Amino acid sequence: MSKQQALPISISGLTKVYGDIFALNDVDLEVQSGEFLTLLGPSGSGKTTLLMALAGFTRPDFGSIRFGEDEIISMPPHKRGVGMVFQNYALFPHMTVAANVGYPLKLRKTPKAEAEKLVADALETVQLGGYGERRISQLSGGQKQRVALARAIVFSPRILLMDEPLSALDKNLREHMQIELRHLHEKLGMTTVYVTHDQREALTMSDRIAVINHGRLMQLDTPRTIYERPANRFIAEFIGESTFLQVERDGDRVSFSGTELKTGALPAAGKLALVVRPERLSVLDGPPTPDTNVFSGTVRDLVYQGDTVLAYVTLADGTDLTVRAGTRTGEPIEKASIGDRLELGLKSADAVLIPREEA
Amino acid sequence: MNWLNRPASETQITHGQRLWLYILATVIMILLVAPTVIVIPMSFSASQYLEFPPREWSLRWYEHYLNSPEWIQATWTSLKAGFFTMCVATPIGTAAAYGLFVTKHPLSRMFYVLLITPIMIPVILIAIAAFYVFVQIRMVNSMFGLVIAHSILALPLVLIVISAALKSFDMNLEMAARSLGASRFTAFMDVTLPQIRFSVLTAALLSFLTSFDEVIVAMFVSGGDNSTLTRNMFNALRDQIDPTIASISTIMIVISSSLLILTQLFRKSRD
Repeated sequence: MSKQQALPISISGLTKVYGDIFALNDVDLEVQSGEFLTLLGPSGSGKTTLLMALAGFTRPDFGSIRFGEDEIISMPPHKRGVGMVFQNYALFPHMTVAANVGYPLKLRKTPKAEAEKLVADALETVQLGGYGERRISQLSGGQKQRVALARAIVFSPRILLMDEPLSALDKNLREHMQIELRHLHEKLGMTTVYVTHDQREALTMSDRIAVINHGRLMQLDTPRTIYERPANRFIAEFIGESTFLQVERDGDRVSFSGTELKTGALPAAGKLALVVRPERLSVLDGPPTPDTNVFSGTVRDLVYQGDTVLAYVTLADGTDLTVRAGTRTGEPIEKASIGDRLELGLKSADAVLIPREEA
Repeated sequence: MNWLNRPASETQITHGQRLWLYILATVIMILLVAPTVIVIPMSFSASQYLEFPPREWSLRWYEHYLNSPEWIQATWTSLKAGFFTMCVATPIGTAAAYGLFVTKHPLSRMFYVLLITPIMIPVILIAIAAFYVFVQIRMVNSMFGLVIAHSILALPLVLIVISAALKSFDMNLEMAARSLGASRFTAFMDVTLPQIRFSVLTAALLSFLTSFDEVIVAMFVSGGDNSTLTRNMFNALRDQIDPTIASISTIMIVISSSLLILTQLFRKSRD
C-alpha cells in the first residue's frame, strides 16, 4: 500500500429533513486533504446522516458536497470511489477473506495477478497476512474489523469513511485498534471521515473533531481546542466532565460570588458561565500562585476510583464543584475527609468562559 | 416402564405425564397421512376397479399409464406448466419482496397484503375470473394463460418466503458492496441473492408444486392438448373408476414429497 493523492471534501449548506426534524441543518464543513476528521455527537445528532450523505446512501434535500473539484451530490454510491467501513463489519459471509478483500478489485476488473498482490498487501497492512483462505465465520471480532478495513483500502480510495467501526469491540481491543487506525492513516494518508459517539475515541484519533448536535455543526477544531476551549455548554458537557458556575460580568471583568476571577479571553458579549473541569482543579495545601483562582468549600462526598479520587465540594453559595485528583502517595486530597474545608485552585489559563444559556 | 418416569425435557414433566400428548399427536399424524398413503397399495392392484385392499398385485396400471399417449401428454403439460410457473413467479415474487423490503413507502404494507390476496380468496373465484378474462382475449386452453393463472397463485408463496428471508438479511452488506463499486443490481446478485439462495430455491420448488398440484384453475383454463394431469385425473375419476388414477397419484405423491423433502434439506443445510 503506497501513499497517494488524497482529496479534500467540501460540504456547504447541507440540509436533510425527515418529516419535521432536521437531520442536517445547513452544515458547512471543509475536510482537508489527508486529514483525519471525526464527526462526534450523541445518537440522533445527524453525524451518521452526514456520513451516509458522503457515501451516497442518503440524498440531502439541499446543499453541495464536493470531492476535490467534483460535485458529487447526485452521484450514486458505487461511482464515488470511497472506501467505507461499517459498524458491524458488513463482511460477505459466503466469501473467503481474500474474496471479500478482492471484491472491489473484481468490480474494477483488475487483472488477476495484480489483484492477488493487492489483496495480499492489504491483508499484510492490517496484519492478517496468510488469512486469505479463512472463512469469515472463523474470525474473531477484531480480525473481522481488520478484514473490513483491508477491503475498504485495497482499491486505494482517496477518501475513507468509517461508521463507528470499533463500537462492537471490547474496551482493550478498541483502544489498541484506535492507535493502529491512527498509524494506518499516517501511512496511507487518505482523507478520512470517522463517525463516533465516543468522545475519548475522537480525542485519541483525530486531527480535527467536528462536534454535531441537532443536525448542526457546533464546533470544528483540534481535539485539544475542543476540550480546552469548548464553544458552548453542550460541547463542554458532552466532551469530558464539567461543572458550570454562573459568573457576573462587568465590562471585561468577571467575578464569582463577589471575587474577581483571573481568566483567559472573554467571549464577545452577553452573560457568561465558567466551565470547571474536575481534573483542572487542584487541592491547595499552601499559598496559591498569583494566577490561581481559589474556591473554598466543604467536602460533601469522596469517591475512590482507583487511579483517581472524586471529591464533591460544596461552595459557600451552595453550588457543588467536583474535583478529580490522582491517588499518588502524598497528594493533598489523601488527607481530606468528609466535612473538611478545602481550598481548590484553578489556574487562569484553565478558567474557560462560555456564553450562558438560560434554561 | 422405566422410560415413563424419566423427564421429557429440561422441566420435571415425565414421559408418562406426556403420554396422552404422544398418542394424540400420533393419531393426528395418521389421519393426515392415511388418505394419501392408501392409494399407494391400490395402484398396485390387478383388479379392474379401485379397491382396497387389493386382492391381487400387479403393475398393469402403471403400464397402462405409460402406454397411454393422453396421460403422457397431460403429464408433460403439467410439468411444463409447473416449470414455467416457477420461472415466472420466482423472479417476480423475489423482486416484489425485495422492493417492499427496501422501500420506505408508507403504503408498502398495503401492497404486501394486496400481493398475497390470491391465497386468501377462494381459488374458484380466481379460476372464474381468469376464465372470463381469457375468453375475452382468446387465451383459454393455452399454456401461456395457464402459466399466468398459476403464477398468480404461486406469487404470494414466493413473496412470503423471500420476505421472511430478507428480514434476517443485513442490508449493510448490500450497502458495503455498493460503496465498494457495485451497482445496485450487481450488489443484489453478488451479495444479497447468495445470502437468500436457499429461500429462493424453496420458493421456486413451492411455485412449481403450486402449479403441478393445482386442479381448480386448470379445470377452467386448461383443456385440449393443454389439459393438465390433475384435470385429466379429475375427469377420469368422474367418468370411470380406473386404477390408473391410483398409479398416477402414487407417482405425483413421490414427486411432490421428494420436492418437499428437498426444500427441507435446503433449509437444514443453511448453516
